[in-house]
Amino acid sequence: MKHIVSLLMENEAGGLSRVAGLFSSRGYNIESLTVAATEDPTMSRMTIVTSGSDEVIEQIIKQLNKLIDVIKVLDLNDGKYIERELMLVKVKATTPHREEMKRMCDIFRGRIIDVAYGSFTIELTGSGTKLDAFIESLDKTAILETVRTGASGIGRGDRILKI
Amino acid sequence: MATSAKNAKVNPVSAQTQSESLGDSHKKSTSHDISGAEIVIRCLNAEKVKFVFGYPGGAVLHIYDEIFKQNGFKHILVRHEQAAVHAADAFSRATGEVGVALVTSGPGATNAVTGIATAYMDSIPLVVISGQVPVPAIGLDAFQEVDMVGITRPCVKHNFLVKDVRDIAATIKKAFYIASTGRPGPVVVDIPKDITAHKTSFHYPETVEMRSYNPVLKGHTGQIKKAIKLLLEAKRPMIYTGGGLVLGDGATELVKLARILNYPVTNTLMGLGGYPATDKQFVGMLGMHGTYEANMAMQNCDVLIAVGARFDDRVIGNPKHFLSQKRTIIHIDVDPSSISKRVKVDVPIVGHVQSVLAEMNALLATEVNQTGKSTKNDISDWWAQINEWRKVHGGRYEMSDTVIKPQYVIEKLWEVTKGDAYVTSDVGQHQMWAAQYYKFDKPRRWINSGGLGTMGVGLPYAMGCQFADKNAQVACVTGEGSIQMNIQELSTCAQYGLPIKVILLNNRYLGMVRQWQEFFYENRYSESYMDSLPDFVKLAESYGHVGMQITKPSDVESALKEAFAKKDKFVFMDFITEQSENVFPMVENGRGISEMILGDEKKESK
Ligand SMILES: Cc1cc2nc3c(=O)[nH]c(=O)nc-3n(C[C@H](O)[C@H](O)[C@H](O)COP(=O)(O)OP(=O)(O)OC[C@H]3O[C@@H](n4cnc5c(N)ncnc54)[C@H](O)[C@@H]3O)c2cc1C
Ligand SMILES: Cc1ncc(C[n+]2csc(CCOP(=O)(O)OP(=O)(O)O)c2C)c(N)n1
Ligand SMILES: [Mg+2]
Repeated sequence: MKHIVSLLMENEAGGLSRVAGLFSSRGYNIESLTVAATEDPTMSRMTIVTSGSDEVIEQIIKQLNKLIDVIKVLDLNDGKYIERELMLVKVKATTPHREEMKRMCDIFRGRIIDVAYGSFTIELTGSGTKLDAFIESLDKTAILETVRTGASGIGRGDRILKI
Repeated sequence: MATSAKNAKVNPVSAQTQSESLGDSHKKSTSHDISGAEIVIRCLNAEKVKFVFGYPGGAVLHIYDEIFKQNGFKHILVRHEQAAVHAADAFSRATGEVGVALVTSGPGATNAVTGIATAYMDSIPLVVISGQVPVPAIGLDAFQEVDMVGITRPCVKHNFLVKDVRDIAATIKKAFYIASTGRPGPVVVDIPKDITAHKTSFHYPETVEMRSYNPVLKGHTGQIKKAIKLLLEAKRPMIYTGGGLVLGDGATELVKLARILNYPVTNTLMGLGGYPATDKQFVGMLGMHGTYEANMAMQNCDVLIAVGARFDDRVIGNPKHFLSQKRTIIHIDVDPSSISKRVKVDVPIVGHVQSVLAEMNALLATEVNQTGKSTKNDISDWWAQINEWRKVHGGRYEMSDTVIKPQYVIEKLWEVTKGDAYVTSDVGQHQMWAAQYYKFDKPRRWINSGGLGTMGVGLPYAMGCQFADKNAQVACVTGEGSIQMNIQELSTCAQYGLPIKVILLNNRYLGMVRQWQEFFYENRYSESYMDSLPDFVKLAESYGHVGMQITKPSDVESALKEAFAKKDKFVFMDFITEQSENVFPMVENGRGISEMILGDEKKESK
């Protein structure tokens, strides 16, 4: 099953490689990993999208906790959470398909952030599945380029990951 | 990498402010300031380090210059950096203190890696200081540059690259703290050469507090009570202890618990000595080469308590087969990730063995006082069964009066040393025979590489033990394959006058490999014959040691006595042993632990 794991760690050089190294050396799946400093610049927050059986996820959480620089780990799937990802898609937009493309973008509540003679660049945020659905609904030959940030996640309501 | 004290509260906080621009700290030195190299030495002195095992080189020359000027610790010059780390590792295994090694950058650092990985797999606390090229040269493929932090990341508990002289003290403090607390392990501190020249004032923090690292000590009382209830209701209980019991110095508490309950005890290879081997409740080592009775009891028990042991694949055999038998498992371990990793556990207790076992013993005592009920759970049927199992194999081997049996040498070694020696071993058949036939009654006496299985550890391990206890009898049980992997250390032993006794079980084969080839590759002995062996007697003598070659079974005992009587001499004993001897019992790969080959059937099928 897919899991979203959030963690806080010391914002120090090499932190990312410790986490990435753990996943590769122990053979865990990693779908996406995002990291940036938090409002407290001594800490960074990571969101890792991974998958595995319950036993594997349990080991992943334990192994992450074991890293000396990791301060706190939370499996967002243990409760309610929100997941958002940003995607930029460059699509072919030549008449007569320009209108159609714009309509698709509106349906998915995307924004056209760059317009050129034969193309649009669309910005879209949402859950991973929503972004997948958008790609699915496009004519494959119309897609020139896509770039995704990987998911960021946060607990709902008063589920807070903080020290 | 993680270097600075900025995110950890280090008390008392260094007077120096962290806001100064990083690069030029050394220019602002005052008369009280000392060099980074001297700070390293002062830190080691503050940690009361007695021995530093090392080898010099360009990147650590400032540090070596300070070593020349000090006498707080003794530096032991090895002949290869791998041996430095192994010796520091053994020093730690024998004493419980943190072992310290010092190596130069590049090749010095890479040579140390096998030693670090070996210590990591067996959870041994070490601080390894490596030199690094100067900060401005990092990343430029400078002479003798290697990314030590990157190379060692998967085989250390933690590592640091120190990029500011003001961080050295706090980093070394953290390194010792991390290495020795929680589940112990090696910590690497990589220090660029320019940092050891820069100057600053010295303050060694007294305590460390890290918001990201807080190992659990005390077990959960509710869980402990649950465990006790299960233990007292067991019909076929089993106590299984491992390296964690030895590392956590929990043997005394465990013996207490086992005596109160009168339950059978088995030890892993790493746990030998955690429970006295000559005690009647001891059923021997378990696992791939464990005793018949230990493996049968492990498989057939109804309540199993694991203490500082990690259900290794060489211990439980095929996990499916192991789980096919229903049993309730209690697991005490300081590392939550050891629990339910390979085998699902019913009652996990995260905590330090000593504290958890002490609480168990106290609770058992009050239970007796309050309820008047005895904790003597009647398990006589179970004991009867175990005693039947004991008769099945019983550690027997065929004696011979023409050729020396390796098992016999170990039995005699045990007698001659009165079971009181530090016994180190290398890796192979001889290791298993040492484990099976030397009856360890005390923890920290059996020193070997279990997790990584590193050939070549034996001799440097013996050095570490001899430094730990200079009057002790230290025996290094080895094979002619393994000993050649760190044979250069004969020179170190000569330099420091270490009266180690090498017990070479010379079968002219990479015996463990040969055994597998005999069993699983139809006797195709591919590259497992050891040709062109040196004359070990002359080799030993060339270093000024005593060399002996023993070829007759009738000479084994007298030779051992003669060697151990030479209290101040290093004696290299080359025992020419049976070439085709195999280690039994054996659980083949993929088999369940109760499906052992005992030896007799193999002989018949040959
Ligand atoms: C040729 C060869 C053959 C082998 N055959 C066998 C065999 O037949 N039988 C066998 O047993 N092994 C055998 N081994 C060794 C095997 O590979 C493992 O190294 C060994 O079984 C692991 O021992 P352990 O479970 O005690 O764990 P260790 O590696 O000693 O781990 C210790 C555990 O204790 C925990 N711990 C540490 N400190 C504390 C503390 N203070 N409090 C609580 N918990 C703590 C740790 O977190 C860890 O989980 C063999 C090795 C070789 C090279
Ligand atoms: C560094 C290293 N290389 C290879 C191995 C694989 N290996 C395990 S046991 C063994 C044979 C050891 O031979 P020897 O030291 O003569 O001991 P014996 O088994 O004959 O007692 C080998 C090659 C290892 N464990 N370590
Ligand atoms: Mg051999």
